[in-house]
Amino acid sequence: MGWVGDAVESIKSLQIRQVLLQAVSLGMIVTSALIIWKGLMCVTGSESPVVVVLSGSMEPGFKRGDILFLHMSKAPIRAGEIVVFNVDGREIPIVHRVIKVHERKDTGEVDVLTKGDNNFGDDRLLYAQGQLWLQRHHIMGRAVGFLPYVGWVTIIMTEKPIIKYLLIGALGLLVVTSKD
Amino acid sequence: MHSFGYRANALLTFAVTILAVICALASLSDNLNVPSPTAQVQVLNINWFQKQPNGNDEVSLTLNISANLQSMFTWNTKQVFVFLAAEYETPQNFLNQISLWDGIIPSKEHAKFWIHTTNKYRFTDQGSNLLGKEFNLTLHWHVMPKTGKMFADKVVMTGYRLPEEYR
Repeated sequence: MGWVGDAVESIKSLQIRQVLLQAVSLGMIVTSALIIWKGLMCVTGSESPVVVVLSGSMEPGFKRGDILFLHMSKAPIRAGEIVVFNVDGREIPIVHRVIKVHERKDTGEVDVLTKGDNNFGDDRLLYAQGQLWLQRHHIMGRAVGFLPYVGWVTIIMTEKPIIKYLLIGALGLLVVTSKD
Repeated sequence: MHSFGYRANALLTFAVTILAVICALASLSDNLNVPSPTAQVQVLNINWFQKQPNGNDEVSLTLNISANLQSMFTWNTKQVFVFLAAEYETPQNFLNQISLWDGIIPSKEHAKFWIHTTNKYRFTDQGSNLLGKEFNLTLHWHVMPKTGKMFADKVVMTGYRLPEEYR
């Protein structure tokens, strides 16, 4: 239990100057994370450049807990692309593959139908009542890259908040008690 | 300075960095592979061809698809998603793409295949433009890696002209 005593000692011996220094370095960490996130938003053009797969509807390609990198360019949407879309009345975005595209000549608008690789039927049942097609504004981005397992961190943290608080607490204590 | 926490932190950072570098290298190495797939498709029969009550044309086809996609598999390939799409232009639409059949190829051993099938998804037009319409059959593939960047490409194959009458 030596380190607990050390920690208490170091908290006791805090100087006002040291507290300020630590507050600034904590602020640096938070703001640089924010800068990276916003920078990614600018580069990829997508409002959420990284998403975590939550369901098994795209197995075996994407499993629950995998991470997808999104990109949203002006390029037209084509069949076969994996898109992330929002449906009116649903909070959680869905990652599925485009199977049908109809692109209008005069306005350039697209009608898109999607389907999960692991689902039996297409997504019309998931869309809002009476909605037959997705339009451009429903689509948040298309998946361009893939990283397995990493998303489990966020899944665990959202489903077991106690772990999140423990982790934040431990990290906070580390920052406060670190001497260098 | 040389506390347990400090060393554990250094070790963890190092391990994560190495893992990230290896993942990036694995993904980059996919660029060295130049696939040379071959594919053939035949429309064997038109099972039925009609106008739905809502005014849209719909057709049902029997297809024969054979392909060899073995050259797409590298050590970083998890699976290849392959689909056959009908692509055509109509007076109001610049492009119509309709997936007729798709499949997941889990390994190189399964990448040389031959399949006889009716269209898996409904071949329905937006409107009534399919009489005598000529469309392209295109085989698309989407290589899904174990980690990193996904690749997609296609090969346009023989076209097909639908009959002038419903049947």
